[in-house]
Amino acid sequence: MAVLVLADHDGSAVTQPTRSAVAAASKLGDVTVLVLGPRSAADSAAKVAGVAKVLHTEDALYTNGLAEPLAALLVSMAPEYSHLLAPASAAGKNVMPRLAALLDVQVISDIAGVVDADTFVRPIYAGNALATVKSADPKKVITVRAASFDPAAAEGGSAAVEAAPKGEDPGLSNFLGAEIAKSERPELTAAKVVVSGGRAMGSAENFHIIESVADKLGAAVGASRAAVDAGYAPNDHQVGQTGKIVAPDLYIAVGISGAIQHLAGMKDSKVIVAINKDEEAPIFSVADYGLVGDLFKVMPEFESELAKK
Amino acid sequence: MKLLVPVKRVVDYNVKVRVKADHTGVETANVKMSMNPFDEIAVEEAVRLKEKGAATEIIAVSAGPTACQEQIRTALAMGADRGILIEHDGILEPLAVAKLLKAVIAKESPDLVILGKQAIDDDMNATGQMLAALLGWPQGTYASKVEPADGGIKVTREVDGGLERLQLKLPAIVTTDLRLNEPRYASLPNIMKARKKPIETLKPADLGVDVSPRLTVLKVEEPPKRQAGKKVGSVQELVEKLRNEAKVI
Ligand SMILES: Cc1cc2nc3c(=O)[nH]c(=O)nc-3n(C[C@H](O)[C@H](O)[C@H](O)COP(=O)(O)OP(=O)(O)OC[C@H]3O[C@@H](n4cnc5c(N)ncnc54)[C@H](O)[C@@H]3O)c2cc1C
Ligand SMILES: Cc1cc2nc3c(=O)[nH]c(=O)nc-3n(C[C@H](O)[C@H](O)[C@H](O)COP(=O)(O)OP(=O)(O)OC[C@H]3O[C@@H](n4cnc5c(N)ncnc54)[C@H](O)[C@@H]3O)c2cc1C
Repeated sequence: MAVLVLADHDGSAVTQPTRSAVAAASKLGDVTVLVLGPRSAADSAAKVAGVAKVLHTEDALYTNGLAEPLAALLVSMAPEYSHLLAPASAAGKNVMPRLAALLDVQVISDIAGVVDADTFVRPIYAGNALATVKSADPKKVITVRAASFDPAAAEGGSAAVEAAPKGEDPGLSNFLGAEIAKSERPELTAAKVVVSGGRAMGSAENFHIIESVADKLGAAVGASRAAVDAGYAPNDHQVGQTGKIVAPDLYIAVGISGAIQHLAGMKDSKVIVAINKDEEAPIFSVADYGLVGDLFKVMPEFESELAKK
Repeated sequence: MKLLVPVKRVVDYNVKVRVKADHTGVETANVKMSMNPFDEIAVEEAVRLKEKGAATEIIAVSAGPTACQEQIRTALAMGADRGILIEHDGILEPLAVAKLLKAVIAKESPDLVILGKQAIDDDMNATGQMLAALLGWPQGTYASKVEPADGGIKVTREVDGGLERLQLKLPAIVTTDLRLNEPRYASLPNIMKARKKPIETLKPADLGVDVSPRLTVLKVEEPPKRQAGKKVGSVQELVEKLRNEAKVI
C-alpha cells in the first residue's frame, strides 16, 4: 500500500526535515507527498528522490496550517494509505496526533528508526532511553525525527503532480496573525553547523557575539532554554528535549552548562565543541573539543582566527 | 468558565533515568516522582484565569496509579478546587488518556481544558491534540499566551520560526509551552488547605473506556554513549583541530 508524507515547505520548496520524512517513508512503501501551498513547493517535492506521486492544493483553508481542517482532510485521504507520516516539526506535531485520534489509532511520535512496517524506534526520557515499539493498529500515524534520517536527495525524482482532494472546514478556529522571523541563516534543524549560546551570554545584545561567529561559519544560531527564557534569543532557537532536536556536523555550545534537557537536543551532533569557564561543566562530558575560558574573551578571538585562512 | 487540568505523575526532571538491565523499561522504583513540569504551567495558568475572574472552578484530573493523588494534591495546593483520580495500574497511552478525559469531560462539561504540551517521560506530545480530536474541539497547542476574547479565547503559539496567534471557539483545548508562565510554589497554609479538598476516584470501567495499549514495547535500550573528548589549550588549537582533524570547517 502507498505511504503518505505531509510536507512542510518554506514558501517555495519542501524543507529538509520533509526530505528526512520521505527517507523514513521510503522504507515503508511507495511515497506520496501532500503539499499544501504554492506550486513551486509541489514541484520541489516531485524532484525529491524516491517520491512516486505528489498531491497538491493551494486551497487557502490550509495556508496557515490550522490543525482542525488539516486533520479532517487527512482523515478523508487515509483509506488509501497504510502509513501517514510528517516531520516532527511544530506543524507535524500539532496535526498528526489529532489525525491519529480521529482514526482511533495511537500516534507514534518522533521516530528515530524504522524496524519494519509495524515496529519503530523512538527516544524517551529526553533521549536517555530508546524504546522499540510495535504497533497493533491497522494504520500507523507517525512523526519523524529529522536528525535521525539522512534526507532523501533534493534532486533525482520525477513524480507526477496531481490535485489533492478537497476537504471540509470544521470552522472551529481562526488564524489571527504571526510573527515569523525572516533570517538569512540556515534553518536550525537543517544546518551543518550550529552555534548556541546559553545563560552566560547575559543579554540580547551580547548574543550578537554568537551571531557573528555563526555568520563566519555559515551556521544557524541556537540557544539553551535559560537564554530563551531570559529573552536573549527567540523561542524558536531553543535546542533540547522540549525545543528543537539538531544533529549538525558541528555544534558549538557557548556558556551552556549541559543539562540533560539540553543534551537531548544536540548529543547526536557529529562533532561537539564546548566553550565554558567552568571546567567541571557537564557539557564537557559530551564534547569532542573543550575549551575552558571566558566566552567574552574566547569568542572574539575565535572569530578572528576563523577569518584567517 | 469552568476549567479542567489533566496532570501527569512522571519521573522528576532532575533524575537521570537508567534503563533496566532486562531492557523492559527504565528504572522507576525508588525514583523521585513529580508533576510533569508542563502540567504545573497548566495549573498555574488555570489559577491565574480564576484569580482574574475569568474562571469559576478548576478541576485537576490524573490518570494512573493511586500515588497520582500526590500530584493532584499539588495541583489543589496551587489553587485547583477539586480533584479526580482515574485509577489504573498499567500503561496508559495518550489515546487511552484522551478517551478517559473525554468521558470525564462528558460529566463535568468544562469550557476549557489546559494540558501540558508533552510529558517529559514518554515525550509523546500527543494527548491534548488527541483529546481535541475526540471531542471535535479546536486546539491551541504550545501556548505562550492565553487570553479570553470575543466569547472565545485567543492563543499565542510557539511555532517553528516564531509565534502565531489563533482565535478559538469554546469549548477548547490548550497545551502549554515553557514561556506561558512561571508556576508558583504552594505555600504551607495552602498545602494544609489542599488536604481538605475533595478527590473523587474513578476506574476506567466506571467511565466505560477500554484502555488497552496499542503499542507493545519490545525493548528499551540505552543510546550509544558519547565519549568525552579532549580539552584544547587555546583558540588557535581549537580552530586547527576543527580544520585539520575533525575537518568540519
Ligand atoms: C520541563 C523542562 C524542559 C526543559 N527543556 C529544555 C530544553 O529544551 N532545552 C534546554 O536547553 N533546556 C531545557 N530545560 C532547562 C535545563 O534544565 C537547564 O536549566 C538549561 O539548559 C540551562 O541553560 P544554560 O546551560 O544556558 O544555563 P546554566 O545552567 O546557568 O549554565 C550557564 C553556563 O555558562 C557558564 N558560564 C558563565 N559565564 C561564563 C563565561 N563568561 N564564559 C564561559 N562560560 C560561562 C557557566 O559555567 C555555566 O556552565 C528544561 C527544563 C525543564 C524543567
Ligand atoms: C518503555 C515504556 C514503558 C512504560 N511503562 C509504563 C508504566 O510502567 N506505567 C505507566 O503508567 N505507563 C507506562 N508507559 C506509558 C507512558 O509513560 C505514557 O504514560 C504514555 O505513553 C503517555 O504519553 P505521554 O505521557 O508522553 O503523553 P503526552 O501526550 O506527552 O502528555 C501530554 C499531556 O497530557 C496530559 N496527560 C498525559 N497523561 C496523563 C495522565 N496519565 N493523567 C493526566 N494527564 C495526563 C498531561 O497534561 C500531559 O502534560 C510506558 C511507556 C514506555 C514507552
